[in-house]
Amino acid sequence: MDPLRHSPSPSSSRASSPRTLSCERLGYVGIEAVLDQLKIKAMKMGFEFNIMVVGQSGLGKSTMVNTLFKSKIWKSTMPGLRVPMPQTLQLHSVTHVIEENGVKLKLTVTDTPGFGDQINNDKCWDPILGYINEQYERYLQEEILITRQRHIPDTRVHCCIYFVPPTGHCLRPLDLEFLQRLCRAVNVVPVIARADSLTIEEREAFRHRIQDDLKTHSIEVYPQKSFDEDVNDKILNSKIRERIPFAVVGADREHMVNGRCVLGRKMKWGIIEVENMAHCEFPLLRDLLIRSHLQDLKDITHNVHYENYRIIRLKESHALPQGPGWVNLAPAPPPAPTGTRASPGPAKMCRWAEDNSDEDF
Amino acid sequence: MDKEYVGFAALPNQLHRKSVKKGFDFTLMVAGESGLGKSTLINSLFLTNLYEDRQIPEASARLTQTLTIERRGVEIEEGGIKVKLTVVDTPGFGDSVDCSDCWLPVVHFIEEQFEQYLRDESGLNRKNIQDSRVHCCLYFISPFGRGLRPLDVAFLRAVHEKVNIIPVIGKADALMPKETQALKQKIREQLKEEEINIYQFPECDSDEDEDFKRQDAEMKESIPFAVVGSCEVVRDGGPRPVRGRHYSWGTVEVENPHHCDFLNLRRMLVQTHLQDLKEVTHDLLYEGYRARCLQSLARPGARDRASRSKLSRQSATEIPLPMLPLADTEKLIREKDEELRRMQEMLEKMQAQMQLSQAQGEQSDAL
Repeated sequence: MDPLRHSPSPSSSRASSPRTLSCERLGYVGIEAVLDQLKIKAMKMGFEFNIMVVGQSGLGKSTMVNTLFKSKIWKSTMPGLRVPMPQTLQLHSVTHVIEENGVKLKLTVTDTPGFGDQINNDKCWDPILGYINEQYERYLQEEILITRQRHIPDTRVHCCIYFVPPTGHCLRPLDLEFLQRLCRAVNVVPVIARADSLTIEEREAFRHRIQDDLKTHSIEVYPQKSFDEDVNDKILNSKIRERIPFAVVGADREHMVNGRCVLGRKMKWGIIEVENMAHCEFPLLRDLLIRSHLQDLKDITHNVHYENYRIIRLKESHALPQGPGWVNLAPAPPPAPTGTRASPGPAKMCRWAEDNSDEDF
Repeated sequence: MDKEYVGFAALPNQLHRKSVKKGFDFTLMVAGESGLGKSTLINSLFLTNLYEDRQIPEASARLTQTLTIERRGVEIEEGGIKVKLTVVDTPGFGDSVDCSDCWLPVVHFIEEQFEQYLRDESGLNRKNIQDSRVHCCLYFISPFGRGLRPLDVAFLRAVHEKVNIIPVIGKADALMPKETQALKQKIREQLKEEEINIYQFPECDSDEDEDFKRQDAEMKESIPFAVVGSCEVVRDGGPRPVRGRHYSWGTVEVENPHHCDFLNLRRMLVQTHLQDLKEVTHDLLYEGYRARCLQSLARPGARDRASRSKLSRQSATEIPLPMLPLADTEKLIREKDEELRRMQEMLEKMQAQMQLSQAQGEQSDAL
């Protein structure tokens, strides 16, 4: 198992503390008010969330983002509109601040038009990997400054949604190549796009085949099995893992169905309701990304993926931060060819940056 | 006085009987990325289970898969008429990460069939020529794209002069009506822009009735056909069981013209234009191939139709029959040409030398 992937969970990061003894409480102290304080602080600060959507053109990426956040983040284009197909892969980010019940969310969505659309798609994942690493680099540079900002702006990609075309057969070579590379650098959530062209049985068969393919090629998509902290997590995440990849349909038009106004796609033979679990699994995706695992996505990005990147960079530059001095992380001259890029030694694996939990405050 | 009745009005019947006896054979090619419903559509069109024994390769097998050409044959009989249908499939097309030149095996296959026919036609026993030429290619376009993809354009440009192309939008039940219209429009524009010649339906005669003309016009308007295929019968409590796909939000009926263009495609392909497709393949595409082939075989300064008329009988016998495989004949001819050219060069050199020495001789005489 790749040693880079293994890392202890955030909650047990207090590596050097002695075993804490629980003591008997003699009365009400008021510790639980801390939760309220946290909440107030969080509401004031707001949250940041960065997602990236990857997939061939026409798979409904922009529509899905609009549906997820119930806002017109992107102008979704109809097929056939004069959208010039980009010749090379370009990344395109857009930031919005969405507010709900006093909670502000600064959402950044990065789109990847041109992915997988050319005749020769070799290495079309390189610009995407480059972008992700660039964001890690930016954060790293901010982190090692002498006078740091109070709150480092977080542009790192917390989640990458990968749209698998609904062929009904299995993962294509392009899908495999992409997933293999990206699951090591970022949290990837694969979804079966435009699932309204598959019947329920076809979806199940397709899903099982994809799960088999992922297992055969040792691709760990989010939620990763190796990062489950405790039994509860395991149970919850196992349920999710059984259903990954979700078969989703996106829509940003509303229609009247039985007196209710729903988001859906109106066909001649019926209306596909996006939020109806009998029609598609969009609610599962939304719950995963926003309602239950948003913070977890950010935590894993910060504690695992970013740390892995940081370790590699520090090894490359042969310099470790010593005290408060600013370390020059310019890449070192090409090292001796014998595997200095190999996985870091066992001692480094459990090392944590001093302030890994300042994110939450 | 006898009525002026000769009796050749019965000719069409004779033709009919002869063709029924002979039977038809038809070769249909299906091409397009995997997962667009090609096999299901073929099964639905001809109500067969040609693809029953198909194994869908798993992802790791696909990583190293190259394009293969598969042929499946079936004999269909209906109303006393036998049709020997051959379906040519192209699994692996458009599946790899790098699809450059992945259409070349297909082009090669089509030309191989032409070459075979050319050889048979020029051979001695012409009574039982097996016509394995591809009469029609159904090209499947993804409903999820924004029109033709670069790979689609590249494939169509490579084969449009060699086979009748009918573009089809597969899995069309993924699209809302407006999306279908927009996609069809975009594809038509792209085809015009890229100058791709798809199969042109012949104009209907002016003496057809209005209904037929209207139907014909509707059919032409709906190209590329947006199709849905299914061999399953759905009994959803409606008036009668229908062939379709059952979803939790409704049932798509394959044979409902409001739901998809399956009926139009079937009518066009099987009921009305089967013979025309074969004729166009023979008269236009095959003849084009034959002309190109023979022209390249003949020597430089070759005689084509224009000069042939001047030289009449002489030239006709000089065009070599492809007795040998074409590549060899070409090679032989080229070698002979090279020899000729070399000899000509040597001759010229010698002549030049002679002239030079002559001139020198004169000069020395003059001095």
